[in-house]
Amino acid sequence: MARFIIRRLLGMIPFILLVSFTVFVLIKLPPGDFVSNYAANLSASGETVNQATLIQMRHEFGLNAPFLVQYWHWIWGVLHGNFGYSFKWQQPVGTLIGERLGLTLILSVSALLFTWAVALPIGVLSAVRRYSIADYLVTFVSFLGLSVPGFLLGLVLMYIGVTVFGENLGGLFSPQYLNAPWSLARVVDLLRHLWIPMVILGIQGSASLIRIMRANLIDQLHQPYVDTARAKGLRETTLLVRYPIRVALNPFVSTLGWVLPNLISGSVILSIVLNLPTAGPMLFDALLAQDQFLAGAFLLLLCALTVIGTLLSDILLALLDPRIRVQ
Amino acid sequence: MSNSVAEIGNAPAEPSPIATASEARLFWIRFCRHRLAAVGLVVTLLLYLIAIFAEPIAPFDPSHSSARLVYHPPQAIHWLDNGSLRPYVLASRLQRDPVTLAATYVPDPSRKVYLGLWVKGDRYDLWGLFPGDHHLFGPIDQHQPVFLFGADRLGRDMLSRIVYGARASLSIGIVGVTCSLLLGILFGGISGYFGGRIDWAVQRVIEFIISLPTIPIWLALAAALPKRWSPLTTYFCITLIISLIGWTELARVVRGRFLAIRSETYVTAAWLDGCSRPRIIFRHMLPSLTSHIIASVTLAIPLMILAETALSFLGIGLQPPAISWGALLKEAQDVNSLAEAPWLLLPGVAVAITVLALNFFGDGLRDAADPHGH
Repeated sequence: MARFIIRRLLGMIPFILLVSFTVFVLIKLPPGDFVSNYAANLSASGETVNQATLIQMRHEFGLNAPFLVQYWHWIWGVLHGNFGYSFKWQQPVGTLIGERLGLTLILSVSALLFTWAVALPIGVLSAVRRYSIADYLVTFVSFLGLSVPGFLLGLVLMYIGVTVFGENLGGLFSPQYLNAPWSLARVVDLLRHLWIPMVILGIQGSASLIRIMRANLIDQLHQPYVDTARAKGLRETTLLVRYPIRVALNPFVSTLGWVLPNLISGSVILSIVLNLPTAGPMLFDALLAQDQFLAGAFLLLLCALTVIGTLLSDILLALLDPRIRVQ
Repeated sequence: MSNSVAEIGNAPAEPSPIATASEARLFWIRFCRHRLAAVGLVVTLLLYLIAIFAEPIAPFDPSHSSARLVYHPPQAIHWLDNGSLRPYVLASRLQRDPVTLAATYVPDPSRKVYLGLWVKGDRYDLWGLFPGDHHLFGPIDQHQPVFLFGADRLGRDMLSRIVYGARASLSIGIVGVTCSLLLGILFGGISGYFGGRIDWAVQRVIEFIISLPTIPIWLALAAALPKRWSPLTTYFCITLIISLIGWTELARVVRGRFLAIRSETYVTAAWLDGCSRPRIIFRHMLPSLTSHIIASVTLAIPLMILAETALSFLGIGLQPPAISWGALLKEAQDVNSLAEAPWLLLPGVAVAITVLALNFFGDGLRDAADPHGH
C-alpha cells in the first residue's frame, strides 16, 4: 500500500509541472499584457497615459522577458513557495489567495459530503423500490438537477432572498465579519451562509450520483448471494446494508475523482453569481485583467486540488478493493 | 382474421414482425418503450424547428427596442371574447406612483389587442435569404406591442429574443459535438485500434485533459478572445473551446468499444482479406459503434449547451448584439433588475427544458443501443 501511494505521488510531479506549463500558456494566450490592459482602461476612463510610465511598469513587472524566461522565473518561485506578485492588487499573491482557496476547499468538501448524504439513501431507495412512484419522482428530479445550470439556481435563490426575505443571500459572511479575524462567532456566521451554495452545488452533484448508485445497486439486487441470504431468513434491511450496498459503494468511491473537480469547477461560476469570497470571482477578475501571476496561482492550485482529489479516490479505492492494488 | 387463418393453412407461417425486423427497426422499438425518451425526442425536434424557423416564429424583431416599454410585464392571453374564440391581450397603461415615481403597467380593460395566426408584422430575411413579413402568430394590428414573456430593460420582446436565442444556443450544441466527435473518433479509434505505446500516449493525454478543472480552463480560454471580434468568429471560437474539452469522454467510449471489437472474427476476416487499416477502421469497425456513438453524442450536446450558457452568462462568451440564452441570462445577473423583472429568468427555463429533453432522449438512445440492457 505504501509503495502504491509513493508511486502515485511520484507520478504526480511531472504531471503538476505539465499543468503549470499549460496554465502559463493559457494565461499568456490573450493578446497584450497587464500593462496594455491597464493603459486601455486608463484611456477609456479619459485619463492621459504616459508612455514612459508604461515602459517602466513593463520593466518592473518583468513583462519584457521572453515567454520561457518568464515561466522559469514563475515556476522557480512557486517551487520555493513564492507565487509572485499581483499587479492589480499590489500585494504578494500568497497573501491574497490563502483564505480564498481555503474557503473554496471548505465549500467543495462540504458540498461533497452533502452530495453523498443525499445521493446515497435516495439512490438506495430508488433502486429497492424500482418503478415505484418514489423512483419515478427521484428519477425526474435528478434529471432536473442535471438540467438546471447551478448559476440559475443561484439566481432564483437570490431572487427569493430579495423579494421574500428582503435581504441579499449572497456572500459567505455578514458585513461585520467580512474582514474580522477568525473567531468562533465568525465560524458560526460562515456556517449560516455556507449552506446555500452547498445545497446548490450538492443538488448538481447528487443528480448523477443517484443515477450511478441506482444502477449499481440494481445490478447487485438480483445476484444469487442476495437470494441466498434472503432464503436464510436475514431481515431485509440488514441484508441490504450488509451485502449489496457495500458492493455497490465501490464505484461510488471511484467517482470521487471526478466529483471533486466538478464541484470545484462548478463552484467557480456559482461563486461569481453569489459573490462568494472564494477563488471564483478573483480568478475571473485576474483573467480579465491579465494579472498573470494571480490567475496562474489560482489555476495551478485548482488543478493541484483536482489531482489530489483523484489521488485520494484512487487510494480509497485501493483500500476497498484488493484487485486494484495488484495491478 | 379468417384471412390469416387461411394463409396459415396454405403458405408457410408468417414470422412475427420482431423476428424479421432490421437492426434499425429493433433499435426503434426498444427506444419507443422508454416513454420519457420518446417525449424527449419530440420536444427536441420541436425546439430545433423553432431554432431553424426563428424569424417567422418569433412575433417581433428581437432587436426592436422601445424606451416607453421598459420591463413591461408578461401579458396573459384571454382566449374567449364574449363567448367566441378570439384570443386577445389587454393593452396596458403606464402609471407612476405619485410618491416613489416607480413605473407600473396597469392593464386597461377597454383596450383589447387581438391576436391572430400568420399575421403581418416586422420585416425579416429568413436565413438572411428570403424576405418576409408574416409571423406565425402576433397582434393583428402590427403596431400594437404584445409581450407574452415580458420585455427587457430596453423594451425588447423577451419571447422573440428567446426564440432567436435558441438558434445560437442549440446550434452550438450540434457544431460543438461534431467537432468533439471528429476528435473523439480520430483519437479514440487510433488508440483502440493500434493499442500498445500509441494507446498509452493517447490515454495519458486524455487523462491529462480530463483532470483539468473544466470551468477555470474555459474561463481562461474564453477570456483570451478579443472582445472586438465579429459575433460569428467569437461563436466559432467558443464552440471550439467547448469541444476541445468535450472530446475526451467520446474518445474513451470509442476506444473501449474498439478494444472490444478488435478481436471479433469479422475484423480478423477483413484483415486476412487484405483490407487496409483505414478501411478496417472506417468500413468494418465504425458502423457497429454507431448506436453507442449516437447515444454518447446526444448526451454530450446538453453539456455543451450548458457550457455556452455559463460562458455567455459571465460575459466572456457570445457578445451582446448576438443573442443566445446565456447572453440573455446575463441581463438577469443583477439582483435588483431581477427583483423588478423576474421574467428575465425565462431563458433559463428554456435552457432547462432543452437540456432535460436532450438528456431523456440520450438516455433512451443509450438504453436502446445496449443489447444487454433488458
